[in-house]
This record gives sequence, C-alpha cells and structure tokens, in this order.
Amino acid sequence: MGWLDRLRGNKNSARQAKDRLQLVLVHDRTDLSPGQLGALKDELIEVISRYVDIEPQAVEIQLSQSGREQYLVANIPLRPTRRARR
Amino acid sequence: MPGTVLTITSGKGGVGKTTATANIAAALASRGEKVVCLDADIGLRNLDLVLGLENRIVYDLVDVVEGRCRLRQAMIRDKRLPNLFLIPAAQTRDKTAVSPTDMVQLCNELRQDYDWVLIDSPAGIERGFRNAIAPADQVLVVTNPEVSAVRDADRIIGLIEAEEKGPARLLLNRLNPALVREGNMLDAEDVLELLAIDLLGVVPEDESVVVSANRGTPVALDANSRAGLAFRNIARRLLGEDVPLMPLEDSGGLLQRLGRLFGKGD
Repeated sequence: MGWLDRLRGNKNSARQAKDRLQLVLVHDRTDLSPGQLGALKDELIEVISRYVDIEPQAVEIQLSQSGREQYLVANIPLRPTRRARR
Repeated sequence: MPGTVLTITSGKGGVGKTTATANIAAALASRGEKVVCLDADIGLRNLDLVLGLENRIVYDLVDVVEGRCRLRQAMIRDKRLPNLFLIPAAQTRDKTAVSPTDMVQLCNELRQDYDWVLIDSPAGIERGFRNAIAPADQVLVVTNPEVSAVRDADRIIGLIEAEEKGPARLLLNRLNPALVREGNMLDAEDVLELLAIDLLGVVPEDESVVVSANRGTPVALDANSRAGLAFRNIARRLLGEDVPLMPLEDSGGLLQRLGRLFGKGD
C-alpha cells in the first residue's frame, strides 16, 4: 500500500480480502445464504414466541466457526415477565 | 512396507498443482525415495511436459486401465533421477475413461513397489477429482494467496473431509513477499486461519519456476532457486523431518533494508 493510500485512509487490500473471505466461506460451508438465514430467523422468532415472550428486534442469529466446525449461534433475549412472584 | 499415495489437488485451476507434483516428486526421488507420479488430468495432460518427458510417451494411464499394455510399459523413467517414474494421462480421452475403482486398484499395485505414488489431480470437483482422491492416503491442497483460489480450496477441503480422506494439508504457492509486506496480499497466517488446516509448506513466487518449466527440468533440482528450496523442504517434511519454514525473502543488503524502511518496494 502506497503512502497516498495510507493518507486517504484506504484499508489495505489483504485485510479486505480476509474479511470478505471470512464471510463468504461461512456461507459456502453451510450452504446457507444470507437470505435463508433471515428466513430461518423469522421462523425461529415465530416458534419461540408461541412459548415465551421475546423481543423480536433483539434476536440475533449468526453463523460462527471454530476450526472447520460451524455453529449456528442464537441470542434470544426474553422480555421480563410482569407476573409478580408468589 | 507399502508406499504412500499422495494426491495433489486444488479445486481451482492454474494454482500450481502440476508444478507442485513434479517438484515434490523430484525432491523425494533425489533423497533416494522410489517415486511414481500419475497424471490424472485425462484430456489435459501436462505433467510430462513439466518433467521434460513428453517425447518418451508410448502408453498412458487409460491404456493401462483398458488392458492395452502392462503397467511397466506405461511407466517412463526420468533421465536425471533413475528412481522417478511417470505414468502419463491420455490426451485424447476424457475423465470418464477411468473410474475411482480403477485408480484404487492401480495404486494398490504401485504402492507395493514404490515409496510414493503422487497423483496430479485435475482442477474441478467432478469425476476427475473423484478419481484422483479415491486411492489417496494423504491429500495436499494447493492454493494461491488470492480470494478465488482460497475460496475454491475451502470447498475442496470440505469435499475431501466428506470423502473421509482428510485431514488435508496445505501448500501455499506463489506467495509474493513484497506484496505481503505492503499489505496487498494475504499472508500464510491469514490463509491458514481462513482454511483451518495444517500447513505443509509455502512456496514463494519465483521466476525460476517458469524458466525450469520451459526447460522441462524441475526447479527442485536447482540449488539456487528459492522455490526449489521450498519444494525440497516440503519433501523433507513429507519424510517426517521437522523443517522450519524458510524466510520468505533474502534479508538483502543495507540499501535494500533502508529502502524498505522508507516504504519503497523492491
């Protein structure tokens, strides 16, 4: 990367390559497109809402990895219940 | 003890599978191992050319499989290394002329007499790849530090695992140290982190690879070539030696280092 790029604040291209590959490989390995992941999230919210009260906007579903193993990681915050304890 | 079948594959074409096969074979043979290379790229034969044996082909892999000749008749002995042999691919047929079962049978025969059977796989994930992977004891995935090559390598690693031929090891080919230094090429660490497999070796980009391919003499036999040294180190690692990764470039003279300090590439 030349000094001009550095002045302009351009990210070096190796870093960009790595970031882009990290994203694309996760989807390649699972054969799950970002669109399908979105659909999965919507259905999951619908199912879970039947049983517990959740915040749909706060739900996070991500693909993550450790070595070559893939994980689907869901973070589903529950709404505080209003019922008083007996 | 029966020999080891090592398949060299990549997914993407043009990353250096044939060069790697020729040079690892030559380096192993020059250390006294009995080696046979098998060109599995039926229809697009090239290993003969890189090894400089193209004028001596009479029979090929498909002739052996279809029983037109005995195995020995299709084996070409290298001029420089008497314990290096090549079984060339057929040029006028396609990948379906050979089946994975044929390859397993052939390699079972070869491994009785040779320490190493190196298979140069065709690019792609179809029949040719399946043929090349079927008899493998070990698999080496070749890639370049470029986005498309790394993505294809990841795909092929997944397929190798699915075929229960893993874990594959990685050969990172044509790494350009100057580009890495200026932040414009993925380095070995980046690629290993992305692909999450073990590294067998890194081969720097080196003009002598082109020159030696032009001549048909493996660069691994060139004592002055850095890529040649990298291939010789890879062969030693295959033989179980613990060889550290070589520095990717000569540290150079004072002027060069000063130039680098001021951000000027060389």
